[in-house]
Amino acid sequence: MGNPMRIRASVQEGMTEVKVLMQHEMETGLRKDADGKLVPAWHITELKAVHNGKTVLEGQFGTAVSKNPYLVFRFKGGVSGEKISVNWVDNKGDTRSDEVEIS
Amino acid sequence: MLRKFFHFVSISAIFAFLVFSAQAADNSDTLLEAKVMTIIKHDFHDKGIAKIDRLNQDSVQAMCTKFLDNPPIDNMEHLQAEQEKAIRWPADGKYMGNWKAGEELAQSGSGMTWSDKPDAIPGGNCYNCHQLSAKEISYGTIGPSLLHFRLNFGKTSGGQTLTDKELQRFAYGHIYNAKAYNLCVNMPRFGHLGILTEAQIKDLVALLIDPESPVNKE
Amino acid sequence: MNAPILKNGFFVFLFSIYCSVVLAESNASDEIAKYREMISDGNPAEFDEMRGEDLWKKPSGPNKVSMQKCDLGKGIGIVKGAYAELPKYFPDTDRVQDLESRLVFCMTTLQGIPEKEIIAKPFGGDNYKPDIESYVAYVVGQSKGVKMNVSLTHPKEKEAYEIGKRIFTYRAGPYDFACSTCHGQDNIRIRMQNLPNFNNLKDSQAAYISWPAYRVSQGLFRSFQWRLNDCFRQQRFPEPQYASELTIDLAIFMARNANNAIYAGPGLKR
Repeated sequence: MGNPMRIRASVQEGMTEVKVLMQHEMETGLRKDADGKLVPAWHITELKAVHNGKTVLEGQFGTAVSKNPYLVFRFKGGVSGEKISVNWVDNKGDTRSDEVEIS
Repeated sequence: MLRKFFHFVSISAIFAFLVFSAQAADNSDTLLEAKVMTIIKHDFHDKGIAKIDRLNQDSVQAMCTKFLDNPPIDNMEHLQAEQEKAIRWPADGKYMGNWKAGEELAQSGSGMTWSDKPDAIPGGNCYNCHQLSAKEISYGTIGPSLLHFRLNFGKTSGGQTLTDKELQRFAYGHIYNAKAYNLCVNMPRFGHLGILTEAQIKDLVALLIDPESPVNKE
Repeated sequence: MNAPILKNGFFVFLFSIYCSVVLAESNASDEIAKYREMISDGNPAEFDEMRGEDLWKKPSGPNKVSMQKCDLGKGIGIVKGAYAELPKYFPDTDRVQDLESRLVFCMTTLQGIPEKEIIAKPFGGDNYKPDIESYVAYVVGQSKGVKMNVSLTHPKEKEAYEIGKRIFTYRAGPYDFACSTCHGQDNIRIRMQNLPNFNNLKDSQAAYISWPAYRVSQGLFRSFQWRLNDCFRQQRFPEPQYASELTIDLAIFMARNANNAIYAGPGLKR
């Protein structure tokens, strides 16, 4: 199980804004460590956000996304009190899922 | 007579008191200075190429520290003259190198830190403090802008145009030891303290003065 | 219908090129400020705060004691608001201490962890988060929103401030740099990095309340001891001893100069 995310979701004029802070090293596989050895690639590959059983965001993350990614997105709909869940999968097969109530 | 004597005694007493308290202040200041030095000498350790002997101040560093970069004119002029005498001008009398190499050197901010390898070549660090080429927007403002150096620095304060040789010598001297011209200036003494070689300084002079250099273009 | 839209679009395009070229330099700082505002809500330092809080409450070390028994200056177990008053004089050690030296004291005397172990690798790195830095993140976060209030009532505090002030102007090394060489003037920057003037109240406040911070370019949380350490490295000085009197005296000089500002850490830096 990956490291916990911090998620905040709020509604403004019919749009729900979701802010997700993820904890992940996001190694590209191109970086060399202090000894000159290549650090193996280790990064999130897929991200999904679900609201009321519907996928509201689906993303494919690659090596261009930095360490500890911070993502902000909006979707139409959503009411205070409803739940949003965000989950990711990385290239090692590790996953993480967190849920939050829309404030 | 008695009144005069009384005045004399009281004025002497006041004078003695003032001298004594001034001295007491000096002494406690001296004690504090000593404590500062003890802490500085004690709380650093060697790391990489940065050894603790770097903390030993030379005459310029000590003077500028003591007077917070604003020393009395006599001391300033004396030390400036000493620094100028120690400038090693190029033996072949030529001051200009290659401006392209100069620009690379000006962009390089590495060297002399404890994380630098012992055989690494130190850069000039120029863009950290100065504007140089018009094309480079990532420049510092700790030192004056050197953009259009030929134009802006090519005249004396009296308005006379400097010859090419004079301007080159001015640039070379400043890069070698800026403190020979203005004792407590922020700029490191790149030649005097062995940071850059003669050839490297010549490349930087070219960067500043060559008409083809980006410093002198739009 | 198409021609007018095309023409407008073309002029907008030209105008935007004009803007980007001519105003590139003046906008660079604005854009950086905009970027910083955009990411200010997603500070990964929160994870270090969380980790620090968990560790703080856990009985650790050979003595199996939790850091909740640590006195950070407001009494045993009180973490809230403690950072805003540091550095300060501590009667139990009879000296002025900053946060890190106080943490070292608690980790060694309460938990029984050897000081050598703590000081050997006190800064984070590749897949390495030292406990002491997570404690720092947690503790400073508990002073967020608190007014800086460093006192100079004890004679040792007064002296520490005066010593810090003199260390600040000590010129040495192959570059003849003192701290004041970069941090003693208003409105200067190194490359594109603005440099706070620690002789100027506003600059001192703004700078001090934004550290410790998560450094985006390094992907790591960086403590105040780290900030001082890296300054000395770039100053071309040798390395300062971790949490030494030298660093504490410098810290009280800078912290006191930031008094009355509202502490905003942990910050987020480039």
